[in-house]
Amino acid sequence: MKARPRQATGWNRLKVNRDWLGFWFMLPAAGFLVLFLAYPLGLGVWMSFTDTRIGRPGVFIGIENYEWLLDDSIFWLSVFNTLLYTIVASVFKFAIGLYLAILLNENLPFKSLIRAAVLIPFIVPTVLSALAFWWIFDSQFSIISWSLKHIGVIDHNINFLGDANWARFSVIFANIWRGIPFVAITLLAGLQTVSPSLYEAATIDGATRWQMFRRITFPLLTPIIAVVMTFSVLFTFTDFQLIWAMTRGGPVNATHLMATLSYQRAIISGFLGEGAAISTAMIPFLLAAIMVSWFGLQRRKWQQGETND
Amino acid sequence: MTDVASKIDVKAVLSGSSPQADHSEGMSYLQRLPKRLVQLYLPLGIIVTILLFPFYWMALTAIKPDEQLLDMDKVNPFWTTAPTLKHIEKLLFESHYPEWLWNTMLIAVCATLISIVASVLAAYAIVRLRYRGAQWVGGAIFLAYLVPPSILFIPLATVVYQYGLFDSPFALILTYPTILIPFSTWLLMGYFKTIPYELEECALIDGASRWQILTKIVLPLAVPGLISAFIFCFTLCWNEFIYALTFLQSVQNKTVPVAIVNEFVDGDIYRWGSLMAGALAGSLPLVILYAFFVEHYVSAMTGAVKE
Repeated sequence: MKARPRQATGWNRLKVNRDWLGFWFMLPAAGFLVLFLAYPLGLGVWMSFTDTRIGRPGVFIGIENYEWLLDDSIFWLSVFNTLLYTIVASVFKFAIGLYLAILLNENLPFKSLIRAAVLIPFIVPTVLSALAFWWIFDSQFSIISWSLKHIGVIDHNINFLGDANWARFSVIFANIWRGIPFVAITLLAGLQTVSPSLYEAATIDGATRWQMFRRITFPLLTPIIAVVMTFSVLFTFTDFQLIWAMTRGGPVNATHLMATLSYQRAIISGFLGEGAAISTAMIPFLLAAIMVSWFGLQRRKWQQGETND
Repeated sequence: MTDVASKIDVKAVLSGSSPQADHSEGMSYLQRLPKRLVQLYLPLGIIVTILLFPFYWMALTAIKPDEQLLDMDKVNPFWTTAPTLKHIEKLLFESHYPEWLWNTMLIAVCATLISIVASVLAAYAIVRLRYRGAQWVGGAIFLAYLVPPSILFIPLATVVYQYGLFDSPFALILTYPTILIPFSTWLLMGYFKTIPYELEECALIDGASRWQILTKIVLPLAVPGLISAFIFCFTLCWNEFIYALTFLQSVQNKTVPVAIVNEFVDGDIYRWGSLMAGALAGSLPLVILYAFFVEHYVSAMTGAVKE
């Protein structure tokens, strides 16, 4: 589609040449992404090598921040918490989400109403539902403690957010609760592309429900599972709002994730360089998650025998 | 784009009436009611109850009088006998809630509009202009989608401060598009690919410019996609927390989620009523929007994982 050289004045070239047109069309999006995403990303890595504080530009100090973090037991605790949080929450989100998707795929009365209701936890701002959980997990007035006491399982209140392991349980529970709708609805969308005739054939062959799930549903769903779970893992790993609203990292740092720790160090204590080092330390984990996604996609293309698009 | 996700029919996801629905109904007679009750309705009932309980609890707390909130022995805590509007009244008339609501709306609408315009142009260019390197740019945008705000907020805070945007709504209006543009570009690329290329070729032969093709042919056909992108971006803006927490300082400039977390959380033992009223009031606008556009939400969500 290149204009012939003789007619091409500079202006014409800018209007017709698709490379130039593409450039103009891309400009607004690229501008935002470069100025407010790529540049800060690089700046963050740079800042992790400086001793920047709030109100004072930093000087290059090499890997001192990282050396400091290596000896920091709170940092390692936050890494442990983040991994625990991500792994446990993702496994449960996947298992319950897939189960819910399979249930929703059945013929049900009030189907659309139920499906719409299931998505509500995903719509409501995370911090606000986290506040509701904060209240549900209150140390004195928790409705869970009350109910358990009422049916006689326990005789005193559970200190949900005051005890380290209970606090971890509580935030992981809230995260699973928040993540299930996304997993369930996207997997449901995948399930509906599976042809029922496959199940009919399997039934005639005498397959059990579990065999049908294992041999038909799961393999056909694998590609979409790969993408959904990558997103889920990514957003769980970098979670901030839920912890901040429920525990602020407490009790005694037991629920600090890397994101909340970096906020505390950088914004509250003012050590921007150290906070940036914690954020930067998250990048390798994110890259690992993206690689998994990429291989998942490759596999999908291979399954469907596609080469492009 | 022939893959699993693009075969997904959004209406079918919601109503369950997939093209094959009549076949699948043919199999369900094999299950007897008691079995169905245990295998389907019971687990479904439990999961849905757990998913919805926090909202019931939120709403109930918001209308419970204080003494019933803290006294769980005399009155059954799962119900209230004397509903009160005190907490909601306090929220609406004694706090900055209307201002926060206005801030959030303003920021969400501006950021969303900017993002949609930028994304429409970018998605069209990537899908249809196919300039040199378009595929690489598409991949880069997908990667940008995967960069989470929680590793960007520290350097962004210094950038925002340097540009003199700190504590102004522009700090968020300009930074939210970095979250929204990758998502909506990706979503719109999927929609634009479904528009027949022949329509554009006809227009090109008739002498239409690219701009005319975009505004007169592509956009009108992509309206459902635009609505999906719009409401989903709006929800993301409303949901966003860490940037709003970091870049805004004065009480009256805050967005709803940040303000409720910061301004209502005090040592008061009677805070729960107004806190839950705030959480409810912060969620309701989105839930109402959602109720009107359920299908578009689902299409945006499944579009988000579409490759």
